[in-house]
Amino acid sequence: MSPVLELNNLKAGYGQTEILHDLSMYVNQNEIVAIIGPNGAGKSTAMKSVLGLLNIREGNVVLNGEDITDTPAQKVIEKGISYVPQTNNVFVNLSVRENLEMGAWTRPDGVEQRLEEMFELFPDLAEKRAQAAGSLSGGQRQMVAMAKALMVDAKILLLDEPTAGLSPKYRGEIFATIQKIKNTGVPILIVEQNAKQALGVSDRGYVLVDGANRHTGTGAGLAADPEIARMFLGGGH
Amino acid sequence: MWDAFGFEFVNFYFIPGLVLGCIYALGAIGITLTFGILRFANFAHGEIMMSGAYLTWTMMAIAGAAGLALHPLVAMVPATFIVILLFLGTDRWFYKPFRKEDTIKVVMASFGMMLIIRSAVQVIWGPNQLTFVPGIARPNATLQQITGDLGAMIIMPNKHIFIFAGTVIIVIALSYLLNRTRIGKAMRAVSDSPDLAHVTGIDVDRVIRATWIVGGICAMAAGVFLAMDIQMLETTMGFRMLLPMFAAAILGGIGKPYGAVFGGLVIGLAEELSAYPWIGDAPLLSPGYKTGVAFAIMVIMLIVRPQGLFKGRSF
Amino acid sequence: MEAYLGYGLYILSLLTVGGIYAIFALGLNVQWGFAGLFNVGIVGFAAVGAYSYALLTTAESTFHLGGFGLPLPLGMAVAMVASAFIAGLIGLICIRLRSDYLAIATIGIAEIIKLILKNESDITNGPRGINKIPRTWEHFSEERFYSSWPMSWFGTPENWDAFFDSLPNWYWQPLFAGTILLVVYVIYRMLERARMSPWGRMMTAIRENESAARASGKNVTRRRIEAFVIGAAIMGLAGALFAQHLRLIEPTQTFDSAKVTFLVWVMLIAGGSGNNKGAILGAFLIWTIWSASELIIGGAINLIGAIFTTMDASILQTRAGFLRMMLIGILMQVILQRYPGGILPEVRPASPKADTKVAGTTGETK
Repeated sequence: MSPVLELNNLKAGYGQTEILHDLSMYVNQNEIVAIIGPNGAGKSTAMKSVLGLLNIREGNVVLNGEDITDTPAQKVIEKGISYVPQTNNVFVNLSVRENLEMGAWTRPDGVEQRLEEMFELFPDLAEKRAQAAGSLSGGQRQMVAMAKALMVDAKILLLDEPTAGLSPKYRGEIFATIQKIKNTGVPILIVEQNAKQALGVSDRGYVLVDGANRHTGTGAGLAADPEIARMFLGGGH
Repeated sequence: MWDAFGFEFVNFYFIPGLVLGCIYALGAIGITLTFGILRFANFAHGEIMMSGAYLTWTMMAIAGAAGLALHPLVAMVPATFIVILLFLGTDRWFYKPFRKEDTIKVVMASFGMMLIIRSAVQVIWGPNQLTFVPGIARPNATLQQITGDLGAMIIMPNKHIFIFAGTVIIVIALSYLLNRTRIGKAMRAVSDSPDLAHVTGIDVDRVIRATWIVGGICAMAAGVFLAMDIQMLETTMGFRMLLPMFAAAILGGIGKPYGAVFGGLVIGLAEELSAYPWIGDAPLLSPGYKTGVAFAIMVIMLIVRPQGLFKGRSF
Repeated sequence: MEAYLGYGLYILSLLTVGGIYAIFALGLNVQWGFAGLFNVGIVGFAAVGAYSYALLTTAESTFHLGGFGLPLPLGMAVAMVASAFIAGLIGLICIRLRSDYLAIATIGIAEIIKLILKNESDITNGPRGINKIPRTWEHFSEERFYSSWPMSWFGTPENWDAFFDSLPNWYWQPLFAGTILLVVYVIYRMLERARMSPWGRMMTAIRENESAARASGKNVTRRRIEAFVIGAAIMGLAGALFAQHLRLIEPTQTFDSAKVTFLVWVMLIAGGSGNNKGAILGAFLIWTIWSASELIIGGAINLIGAIFTTMDASILQTRAGFLRMMLIGILMQVILQRYPGGILPEVRPASPKADTKVAGTTGETK
């Protein structure tokens, strides 16, 4: 089976600065894949390059066998890549329900039904559906952001540091939700600082250093690797 | 209670203030929407209002030549389409090229548009004042009689009733659009965060077009209402409105349409009431300084609470 | 010979007015080109400068406050101070906010200043304006100057009267034009020094990357207010010279925001914002186009009137000025879109540390 998403030998960056030097990775169906690495390694940049938000100089991005390199963000999203940015990921002045409706912008029909499915998947949100997203706690906002991204029939979900700035309690909840989303059949690519927990839920992981992948392996395997443990896991996140 | 004092205050200060406030409110809606969604202060907004009034005048003149006496409110409808095209055209050719650049470039372009549109109107219609319907507007007799019988006589010409009703209808329609329709919600979403709207897959270009259309309709109504109220059209009327409209938008909070309506009413009332003889017999503020009131309110807001009363965006 | 004199005087007046606009453009360049501050109230600063100068230097009059008959240089100095003072007030309120707010505030203050000038008739003579403003060099031939110190030291009023009678009546024109060009040159040199100084480099750094400049401990707000105030002072001086050139100022026609604010902006953008030479070049160029277009459009209308004899050319005549404004507006849009750097794009002052890279980034301006 061919991978859902493939990044092949990417070189990319903002303006003149090149951040990704040689990056290759793939995500298979029914997989959670984590990208971990130190600050400034290009983790978020890798994600943005998939969305066509920055200049790709070399290499390509392939979604289900279709080359989508340099496709504008809106088209990429229409093709089924859903993205949750790290910060500012909900419309604070819109209600929870309206946020989800906006997530369904590219969805041709069945919005009501999908809304109900989302409220089932995120029961916390169901009772807060009329509340402004800006009035929710950080963890709940993250849930809204994920639900919003899933309003389309996503072929893959990209999460940029979903637990950054959250309390440990919420972190656990988010990772549990990620697992649940995977069980609905959506593969997930996740960028994380909390390497230990991220690798714990991931099937596979990539360690990014200086804009290139340094280590690759299964989630458990990487978590057990002493060198990686020394590099990132020792910090006690 | 309805002694000479109340009669004079309500009819000569309060109602004119509200009428002016309605006009400011409609103009400020357009300004606050563009400011919120496209992220720039559109200096050409007043001129578009002014050109809308002139287009309406032309529609009336054309119909008049065919022997048809159109009310400005009717002639306004076909003219609105031209104003919307004007907005979309300016956006396409003069603002869009700078969308990805520093916003100040668009502000600059809109400043240029302000002069281009005004001089174009001056070239086409000439510098002289025009009027929709000449003559003195008589107070509505029915209203005068009913309120007179109740002991609180209100003297209000029909034009003011039209302006009130028109504003209420437009504000209700706008609130329906923003809260109940998909494109309206998307407008609020883009105003909230353009970047997130972009990566959510919202068709931002379509939202921007919708913004110009909504802003165009409001600007059109404001321009025609203003020309009805002051009973003349002149090429500087748009520019004179610009400052009070910006003040209303800032007072209400940038990106907040209801805030703009509230701000417009406050500024309109403040301008008219500033000329009321609150202390002694002389007007509190010389009528020549009326326009200064809006500016003063704006400056105070910028110092005290730049995000506006309704907590809009502060940059 | 008479004809040549006419051309000569026309060129002198182009240089005079072009020079005054060049001073305006240099002032705007400090605010916009150096500091990235968007001022659309130039006309307000011009009016403050012009009225301060006029009130202080005119002979005593029953129509307005004063005049105080003070020496001309003093009038010009006060014009600069007054304009700078107003700029300081606006700066304190608006500079910390986003640039759009400054734009709204400056256009607002310009309108308020005009409102005050129109309404405070006891001080400013209201819409009728102030007349007989003394013009540098020409003022020597006025009796109140030659009959008083220091001119009275050198000759009796009768001597002076005879002396000025012997001069052609345009004697002051080359002198006035020369003085203005000298002022342009002096301001240019001062601004060039400021631009190359650590202050100027700091301004560039702030404009390029505000947060980085803030993070490295620079007082961004203060630097910006400084630039705004210095620019306004230069505009105040230009306003005083504008008043001298016109000799009669009133609030509405003289200080039409289209003809002052807008024209100065077009000049700076055309010449190249951030570049002092560009500001000067743009001012002379656009002013020449502006005044030549009056002749050209006028000629074109006469031609149309001659061909279509049934048409009433007088309607076109009255509207020609508006057409000119519209064309200048379109010219500005074209420059903004096609040639964002202007004729002379900004050249970054080479930083002592990284000389190679910084000097290479020309052509791109804010």
